[in-house]
This record gives sequence, C-alpha cells and structure tokens, in this order.
Amino acid sequence: MKSSGTAPSYTPYHPKWYRRRVSTYWWLQRGEYLKFVLREMSSIFGAYFVVITLVQLYALSRGPQAYADFENWLKNPLVIALNAISFFFVVFHTITWFNLAPRAMAVRLGGKRVPDLLISGPNFVAWIVVSAVIAWFLLRG
Amino acid sequence: MAKETQLRLEPLLWMLFSAGGVVTAFLIPVHLFLFGLAFPLGWIKAPEYASLMVLVAHPLVRIYLFVLCSLPLFHWAHRFRYTLYDGLQIKHLNEVINFCCYGGAVMGTVVAGYLLWNIH
Amino acid sequence: MAETIKLEIARFSPERDAAPRLETFEVPYRKDWVVLDALNYIKDKSDGSLTYRWSCRMGICGSCGMMVNGEPKLTCATFLADYAPTPVRVEPLRNFPVVRDLVIAMTDFMHKLVEMKPWIIRKEEKPLSEGEYLQTPEQLDIYKQYSMCINCMLCYAACPVYGLDPLFSGPAAIALAQRYNLDSRDQGAKERFTTLSQHEGIWACTFVGECTEVCPKHVDPAGAIQQYKLTAAKEWFKSMLLPWGEK
Repeated sequence: MKSSGTAPSYTPYHPKWYRRRVSTYWWLQRGEYLKFVLREMSSIFGAYFVVITLVQLYALSRGPQAYADFENWLKNPLVIALNAISFFFVVFHTITWFNLAPRAMAVRLGGKRVPDLLISGPNFVAWIVVSAVIAWFLLRG
Repeated sequence: MAKETQLRLEPLLWMLFSAGGVVTAFLIPVHLFLFGLAFPLGWIKAPEYASLMVLVAHPLVRIYLFVLCSLPLFHWAHRFRYTLYDGLQIKHLNEVINFCCYGGAVMGTVVAGYLLWNIH
Repeated sequence: MAETIKLEIARFSPERDAAPRLETFEVPYRKDWVVLDALNYIKDKSDGSLTYRWSCRMGICGSCGMMVNGEPKLTCATFLADYAPTPVRVEPLRNFPVVRDLVIAMTDFMHKLVEMKPWIIRKEEKPLSEGEYLQTPEQLDIYKQYSMCINCMLCYAACPVYGLDPLFSGPAAIALAQRYNLDSRDQGAKERFTTLSQHEGIWACTFVGECTEVCPKHVDPAGAIQQYKLTAAKEWFKSMLLPWGEK
C-alpha cells in the first residue's frame, strides 16, 4: 500500500499514526549536527578564497598600479577579519577532511584493515610539507 | 535535466567534490594565510609585483593556479547544493539550486582559464 | 543514593490523542537496572497499557530501540545509573511514524532492506556434490563488520537526511548491501548497483556520520556508504572509458 504526503514511501497510510515534522532548525538541536553544518559551510570560505584569487590574477594582469590597489584593498580591516574567519574555516575543513578520509577508503594491507591514524597522520604531515614548499616558492623572491 | 542524466552525472560530481576537497585541504590554508593575513598585516614581506609576474609566467604555475581556482569551486557547489537540500529543505527548487551551484563553479572555472591564459 | 528515579515517557494513543505527551512515572532505582527494566516495572506495577517492543534484553535482537534523553539507544543497554538522579526521558525512535506509545512503524525500513537484496546472489548455484563455498579469514574480515547489524534502526533515528528525505535508503540498508557486495561468495554486486546508485541511494548521504556514532554493534554504516561511493565512481569511470565493456 502506497502512502501519501510526506510519509516514507513504503509505509502503509494510517491516518491516526503520528508523524513528527522535522524542524527547519534541526541542525541546532544537537551539537553533532551543528558541527556537521559548520563543516559543510567551510566550503563557502574555500570558494571565497578562489574569488579573491581571481580578483588578484585580474589585478596582476592589469599592471603594477592595479596590483598595488588590490594589495591596499587587502589591508582593509573588514577584509582582514573576513580572511581570518575564512582561514579558520578552511583549516577546520582540512582537519575534518583528513579525519574522515580513512573511513571513506577501507585500506587493507596484508589482509588487515590499516588503522585510521595511519591514514590521517601521513595526510597531516604531507599538508605541512606541501605548505612549506608553497611558502618557499612564494617567498624566495 | 532528466533524472537519468542526473544519475549518470552524480558519480562525476562526487569525484569533482572529492578532488576539490583535497585541493582545498592541502593548498588553500597556506595561500590564504600568506596572501590574506601575513602579507597585508606585514608579518612577512610580500612578494613584489615583478616576482609574482615571473612566477605566473611559468606554464606549470598557471596549471597549478587553474586547478587551485576551479576544483574548490566544484567542492563548494556540491556541498552547498546538499546543504540547501537538507538545511533549508527546499529540494523542490532543485533545478534552480543545481543550476546556480554547478553553473557558478563552471563560470568561475571559465574566468580562471581566461585570466590565466591572457596574463602577461 | 536516591531510592527512586523519575521516567518521563511519551504516551500516544491514536484513538485518543492528536500528538504524544509525556507522562511521569517513578520507579525504584537500582544501580544495575537498565531503562528496559524500568519500562517493564512500569508495565507490571503502574500502567499495563504502556506499549513498547523488546525481546532478548541483551543487545542482539534489535527490538528495543528508543530515544533516551534525545539520543537513540537500545533500552536494554542503557543504564539508569548513567542518568540518575535527573529524570530519564523515553520517546519513540525518531524519524519513524508512531503507532502507539513507544512503538514505531518500521515497514519503510523493511521494504528498503529487501530492495537491497540482502542475500547471497549467485549466477549459478554450486551443486551440493561440489561441497561448501570456501572463504579465508581474510575474505571474511572484509565484510564481517557490516554483518554485525541487528536491524535496530538507531542509525535511521540519528540520520538527519533520513528525517528530511523519507525516500533515502538509509544507513543500515546500504551497509547490508555492502555486506553482501563484499562477500567473496556473492556475485550480485551488479544487481544491487542500480538500487544503490539511485539518487535516494548512496548519493543522498552527506557523511554526517551520526549513524556510526550511535550504532551499538560498531557497524560503521557511514564508512560503508562512502566506500560504496568510491566503488560507484570507479564503475562510472569504467563505463565511460570502456563503453563496449560487458553490460
């Protein structure tokens, strides 16, 4: 028997059964759900970084004066504040991403499952190394 | 978009989301820290315009920047689309949502490609 | 040490009520009692009309799943001592229609489970004369975790996506599909692929991860779903790059 309305599709329709409606604020009702939504929101700050990088590339293409204007704009306190918040969220993304990665890949070696820390650990190390390499490229002048 | 085409695209969209997540996780923190905080606040001396142009002239750097500017957008698009479904429960607007999210990512990718191709 | 503890239990009679309400009972507090013991005491001594499911009382049948202070739990495995002296609130499992008091309708889950074809599928059955299917401990280890599911549906109560989208197949169903996909004796991965790669199959999952947190048997359904997304992605690559491959 198919049901109508918002009931799960394979539940027989019984008019007297009670169906709770999920609140729009379901994600505020538990700490775990809030952390999940914040984790998902961190992707917005990644997109924000891309946008300012595109603006930066555009400024670079228009010459030294345009680039100097862009650098000045970056010094605006509101922009700095936004960048600081974005940095926090992007790092939050990195940490949650590396912690989730081992669960998404069931890596097996020699017939046994590799412990999660052996997957996430090297990721964190690689992150530090890659960041150092990029910084070196940018700072060597 | 027909349901079948959507279904055939879903694995690709998920893979773009995953790749974007990896790029965001590994590369964006250091870039954002340097260009968004350390250089403007004077903690570290910012690279000169001339040195940046030398860097960007290299084709490998352009490819790197292209990846840096496109994959995180697809990561955002996929995650934001699902957050809108679940957070705001507006699944009935899914055609509009898909268009805005993935369309935005595609547009950003095109802009990135254009800028990186023409920079000199 | 208090001698009694209060339980606030959701009551709902479809003939009488429009919505559930909380009724408070006072039960003797024993350090070794679980919530199920308290429910049984209430049914024995206070109100025989209290309706709830239970069976093995040892965490293997999966019948007694309920919300205890807002968290999905097996009431036979949840000790009063962890909550005393504050009152314990017992409500029916979230995200399912409530039939009466603490009993929910689980037909949706049962249907979705069957859709996953949770049995060994063979292209050709081996005749008895050829003996048993052989499986090494390593091959068993690959799917054993997912075989521990007791169908208690705590994961469905924890999953916000299932609450928001009743068409979602859900954590346990997908984990059980994986249990058979990964079984070396099974040859039915292709058959399950269609059901799993529906939009309401694996793709609706956003890896919240709460299902794994509440699972009393440590099945890790969230991990199973993400791993299958990877499998589905590989299948997509193969079908794109080798379209003339086997259908």
